[in-house]
Order: sequence, then C-alpha cells, then structure tokens
Amino acid sequence: MIYLRRPVLSVALAGLLMSGFPAVAAEVSAKAVMETYTEIAHAAFSDSLATAKTLQGRVEALVDGPSEETMQAAREAWLAARVPYGQTEVYRFGNANVDDWEGKVNAWPLDEGLIDYVADSYEHEDGNEFAAENIIAGDEGINAELLQSSHEKGGSEANVATGYHAIEFLLWGQDLNKNPADTGSRTYTDFVRGEGCTNGNCDRRAKYLTEVTGLLVKDLQEMVADWEGGKDNYRKEFMALDENEALRRMLFGMGSLSLGELAGERINVALLAHSQEDEHSCFSDNTHVDIAENARGIQNTFNGTYTKVDGSKVEGPGLADLVAVKDEALSKKLIEQLNDSQQKAAMLVDAAEQGEHFDQQIVSGNETGNARVKAVIDALRTQTGSIEAVSGVLGIENLSPESSDSFGS
Amino acid sequence: MIRHSLAIAGGFLLAPGLVSGADNNPGPATDSRLSGGATTVFDTSRNAFSLPAKNLGILRRDNFFIGNAFFKQPWVIAPASTSARDGLGPLFNTNTCQGCHVKDGRGQPPLSKDDDFLSALVRLSVPALTAEHDELVLKTGVVPEPNYGDQLQPKGIPGVKGEATPRLSYQQISGQFADGETYTLLKPELSLGGLNYGALHKDVQTSVRVAPAMIGLGLLEAIPEDVILQRADPDDEDGDGISGRPNRVWSIDQQQTVLGRFGWKANQPTVKQQSEGAFNGDMGITTVAFAEQNCTPVQEKCQQAPGGGQPEISAEIMEKVTFYATTLAVPARRNVDDPVVLKGEQLFQSAGCTACHVSEYKTGELAGFPELSNQLIRPYTDLLLHDMGEGLADGRPDFQASGREWRTPPLWGIGLVETVNGHTRFLHDGRARNLLEAVLWHGGEAEASRQQVLQMDKAERDALIVFLNSL
Repeated sequence: MIYLRRPVLSVALAGLLMSGFPAVAAEVSAKAVMETYTEIAHAAFSDSLATAKTLQGRVEALVDGPSEETMQAAREAWLAARVPYGQTEVYRFGNANVDDWEGKVNAWPLDEGLIDYVADSYEHEDGNEFAAENIIAGDEGINAELLQSSHEKGGSEANVATGYHAIEFLLWGQDLNKNPADTGSRTYTDFVRGEGCTNGNCDRRAKYLTEVTGLLVKDLQEMVADWEGGKDNYRKEFMALDENEALRRMLFGMGSLSLGELAGERINVALLAHSQEDEHSCFSDNTHVDIAENARGIQNTFNGTYTKVDGSKVEGPGLADLVAVKDEALSKKLIEQLNDSQQKAAMLVDAAEQGEHFDQQIVSGNETGNARVKAVIDALRTQTGSIEAVSGVLGIENLSPESSDSFGS
Repeated sequence: MIRHSLAIAGGFLLAPGLVSGADNNPGPATDSRLSGGATTVFDTSRNAFSLPAKNLGILRRDNFFIGNAFFKQPWVIAPASTSARDGLGPLFNTNTCQGCHVKDGRGQPPLSKDDDFLSALVRLSVPALTAEHDELVLKTGVVPEPNYGDQLQPKGIPGVKGEATPRLSYQQISGQFADGETYTLLKPELSLGGLNYGALHKDVQTSVRVAPAMIGLGLLEAIPEDVILQRADPDDEDGDGISGRPNRVWSIDQQQTVLGRFGWKANQPTVKQQSEGAFNGDMGITTVAFAEQNCTPVQEKCQQAPGGGQPEISAEIMEKVTFYATTLAVPARRNVDDPVVLKGEQLFQSAGCTACHVSEYKTGELAGFPELSNQLIRPYTDLLLHDMGEGLADGRPDFQASGREWRTPPLWGIGLVETVNGHTRFLHDGRARNLLEAVLWHGGEAEASRQQVLQMDKAERDALIVFLNSL
C-alpha cells in the first residue's frame, strides 16, 4: 500500500526547538497563537481539497477506462487524501462550523448495503429500512441531490451515502477478511460498462462514484473558504473571539479528539469488540493512518506547526509557547507526551505496513497486537490529562463543549 | 464515528450569562432552564438527547463514547469474528439499543395494523396462582407465559422461528371539552398472529410498551430513596385522591427486594439492571445478571442455538454502556419566560398535575458519579405508582404494581421529542398522538385533574401544552 506519511521526526524536532528558546516564547500573544491555529486549519483543509481533486481526476480516469492500473491509482489517491484530512479532525470539536459539516464528509460506520451490493452475510442495524436499499441497483437517477438526500435516510446515522467512506466502499468493497491480509476485494470490472461488467449496474456505480467524489470536493471547498484569511467567514469570527474562548475551543478540540473520540470511540471500541466492523476505514484497512494522522493533528495544534503535503511548513507561535510562558515544565511535558503518542501510533502503523492491519492487531488472542493498540490508547489518555492541566494554566475553568459565549445568542 | 456525538451541536443559549454562573454555583438555580442542574445541555437539535452531561469532564468522556458505540452498533449472530458483539438472539426484538431508543429518544407504536413493531414491544405474563408463582413474582415481577416467556420476540436468528407477529389496530373514542370542542382518542387493540410456539395461555396478560427516552436516568437514580418514599401515600391518608406507591422489586446485585425506579411500572431498581434486562429481553444478549437465554421449554431450537460467550456481553462492556445510559444529559428548557409558558405552568399546578409530576429534587450522592450528585433537578415525576384508571390499565401486574398502576413518567425533554424522533406519540404504548391526548387519557387518581383540563377553554389548554413543550 502506498501513501504519503508525515515524517514523525521533523515535528518532534520542531517541538524541541521551540522549547529551547524561552526568550521567544515570552513574547507570544494569544492572538498570535489563534492566528497560527487558523492558518494551519486553512493549510490542512487546502491540502485535503487538493488531494481530493487528485482523487477526482483518478476517479475520472477509472470510470473512463477501468483497469487494474486506474483502479489502483484511484485507491492510492484516496489513501493520500486521508493524510491531510486526518490532521484536520482536531478542528471539528470546538468549532461548530466543522462539526456541523463533518457528518457528510467523514461519517462511519455505514450500512453499505444502502449504496451497493453486499455479501449474503451482511448484517445491519435492525429497523434501518434502507440498510439494503442498494441505490446503485435502483432506478432513481443518480446525481448529487439523490446522494445528499439519501444521507442519513430514514433518520438512521448508518445510512451514509456521501463522504470519504462511501468512496472507500466503492473503491474497495466489503472487507470480508477471507485472508487476514486482504482489504476489500472489489475489482475494476465493477466499473466496466457493457460486456465485462461484474455485479451489474456498472454504469450506475461509475456515476455514483463520480458524483460522490464531486460532492467531497465541493464540501471541502466550502471548508477551505471558512478558514481563508481576509474574508468575512468563520476564521474572521474566530479571530474576533474573546481570547479565552478561542483557546478553550482549541483545547476542547484537542482533548475531545484525543480521548473521547480517538482513544475511546475509534480505538478502544474496536479493541473491546475485537471487531473490524468497529474500525474507522474498514474497507481499505487504512485505520492505522487515520489514528496516526488524528493524533498528529492534536500535536500540530499544540506545537503550532503543520507540514504540508508538498513538504513545506506552516509554523507560528503555538499553544506550547503560550503555555511555556506560564509553566514551562508543563509545556515541555505535553510536548513529550504528544511525541510519545506519535511514537506509539508509529508502531501501530509500522505493523500495519508490514501486513498486520489494524483489524488484525485488535483480534482476540493477538496479545502483542492488542498491547500495541492499548499503548496508543494509554498515551492518548495521558496527554489528555495534560491538555486539561494546560487549560487550567491558561485560565480556562471549564473545558466543556459549551461556554456562556460559545455560540452567541 | 458518527459525527454529532460530541457536544458541539447547533445549540444556542437564550441568556448566555446565566450558564457559566450556574456551573460555578451549584447553589441552585434560580435558572429554571436547568432541568438537570449543572448536567444540563443547551442543544435543541436532533441530537438534543444524545449528549453527555455538560459537567462531565473531558477525562471522563471516553467511557461515554465507548458506551455510545456499543449502544449504536448492531449485535450479530454467534459465532462471529466480532466476538465481543455476537450472541444476538436466538429470539430477539431488535439488534441494536438505538433501534428502539432512536437518537436516545422515544419509540413509537406501529401506526396501522399493517406495520411491524419497530420501537415498541409486547410484554406477556399469566396470573400468579400458586406459591411457586409467588416466588417468580418476587424475583422477576411476573409469571411468564408458559410457551412465550415474559416478552414477545417477533424475530429469530436463522433456524429459530420468531415467536409471533404482533399487530395493533386502533379504535376511535370521541369526547368533548366543556367549551364544546370535540376530540378523538385512539385506543389500541393488540392481536398476535402467526404464533409459532403453540397457543397462548387462556389467561394471558399482555402489555404494549414503547421505548422511553434515555435522558437523565442517572439523575433519577441519584434521588435519595427517603425523598421518594416521603411522597408515598399508599392509603391516601391525606385524602387528596392520590395515593402514590413505591414499587418494590428484586435487586439481582443485592439479592433482595428494593425500591423500583425505572421502567413504565418502575420494575427495575437501577440503570444497570434495567440496561442488562434490556440486553437480555430485547436483543437476546446474556449478561452477568441475566445469564440465561430467553428460551421457554417448548423452544428447543432456541435452546440449542450457539451462544456468543458467557455472558455474551462482558461485564466490562456492560459497564461502559451503563455509564453511557447513566450520563446522557437532559436538555435545558426553552422559552421559560414566555407569558404563555408561565400561564401554562400555573395551570399545570392548579390542575393538580404536580401532585405526581413533582418538579424539583436535589439529588444525593451517587457513587462514582460526582457530576450527578447534589444537583437541583426538575424531572416532573415522583417515581411512584399511581392507579391511572381503566382506560390506561393493561391488567398486567409487575412486582407490586397492579394492572391499573403506572409509574409517573418524567416529563423533562418531552417538548423536544418531535425534533429528536419526528413524532409526538406519548404514554406507555404510544397511543396518544400529542400531549393533549396524553393528558386526556389520564384517569383514576388523575381523573380530577383531567376534569379540570376538560373545563379549560381553548387558550388555557393551549397554554398548558405550550408549557409542556417548554420542558
């Protein structure tokens, strides 16, 4: 599997360098830290958009000329697109504009029978009357409106019709794990029009893939616009916030992703259930990257650095500098803990790259794999404790999702 | 995961200044919006029932979200690679908690005789006649129907036939307010078709129940027992026409009879036992407390089906789900200063509704949940049983609750049911199509209150409902 991965070391070095210059840190203002935060958001969402556009081009090539090569190229583009996107998820919690938007872009787990054919063994949420609807086999014209209206159809959150994971399902198919190292086993012939089409409705499947990828690009364009400088948008609103409120949003985002979402729902649930059905990117077996990049996003926010897909860096005063002014030891401690989480996640990633995918690391009886996953959970929990401590040092009394002025009146 | 689970949501604050003040100053709350004290959340979207207690610290939230995942994800047929989530059935009602508690909210009955039961179920029993029966009632509340058990499970895993197909039809009942305006109520009638395990006992007792909302359960558990019992007046010694009896139910953990708090007849003592009972009864998942599959002696294939481990849900995962169910927050009231709401509130009191729908409590200490302890809350329930008259009677006793008695249900959050669940079906079997119909079904101890509502003019009735919708 080929995808881009941030070198762990460079970010670690950035952190060390920063803490080595307390004189610089002393001049840090909260406004400057907020500026860095919004700048990184803009850069990471822009990277997400750019990689989604690459994916869109590859999908077009696949649909126009289905082959092993075009299919593989599309898959690689999807995997590459997940790297910057994973680092944006820290913006979701704490920023209502991202949270309200995120459902159509990154919803999972999904009852994939809504979209396309599934194996006989497919099980889904009871009472979800659309869980086996198979839009692709239907006769409604496939267009963006249909996909948008099918999302959360009938009120069930398992009806995911749009976003990265709908695309993932169309590019990989169900991961039936006949062989532990397998991902989903869809072949390019599912997109071959006319003679040679497998599993039927190839033209409609191709149309679905085209439309759903187009929607992803469109949705990401919206989010990039929200964070662009010099516009009347969410970024402007954020920069106008009371400093404490802005810092609260940043820290709540870090803490929420770190423990509740990532360590809890995304990792521990899968580990407790020993179940690939509970892993984030189950069709492509890319969950290890989701985990590592989510964690990196938390680190980016604290350190005030982001490495773009092209290798260039976005840097500025970060929370780490601001905290160091008040409590240098705590700032250092959290920098180290964030590095530790990266290292623990890197071990999980390395194992996955060597063929032991996340869904194999969590299976019952794989003690080494389970321990590796548990180590990531523990590291994330530890760093969350420091995130809470940092909030205290910065004078944020209640690190909760809402504050008196969170959403205006 | 699914996006909105963390509590950002599109909620907005009506009077922002008050909220943070309430956080720092648990001393109560002149702020009547805070139905759940400092746990109260300010979300009025579809996610209003799905948020963690507002004061649940960030380091306490992972268990909430882990529990939430197990609440939402389907349980699968054993044996399966998903070893921690297998064991569905052999007989069951549905395969997820969320299937009935949709968006952690309220279920509804089938709306016509052709519809399946999706977020409602049917309880079964037979009269207790022998000493052996009395022992069953002491431990389980009821004597189960011999062939079908104490709950009808319409579904079975492959090879095991579902028990039967329940159907509801509705009979219209007309009535009139004093001002001449007429109304129509729907009285449900249950029929059971396709009985796959023989005839039903000739004296079978049935009771249709919809899934209740999941909000504020930990706060209800935290109300001190003596405070609840103080309001009990089993023989109506104060002569107000309202008795109020505690249900006394079996605690599996304590192996003794204790106060019942949860369920339509208050037949479960704790959130934990209630949740384990639901896993076992509704999904066929064995738990530490409910270790046996729901198979009656005539259901041989059910007995022979492979299990998903003993118990099928581990104590560890059960604890997470219980944590989740205990800490789901109550949403804040809306429009509390609206004159119509205030008028409705005053009518609610003058009609005597607050005799049972008691508005205010201070919670005690709930072990392990400092967030829920010592909170001033407004659930609008007394957690006691009341005779609600023949119209609502199901004729199916449960522990010490008679066939005419129901537990006063909490009313907090009731005005957001339509937003969260897209319907306004109320009462134990969801027969009421709106809040006014629910009020009009009240009889028995509530008959005097109902009569007062019948005497109200249109503006007063509307105000009463506007008040209820502010909860």
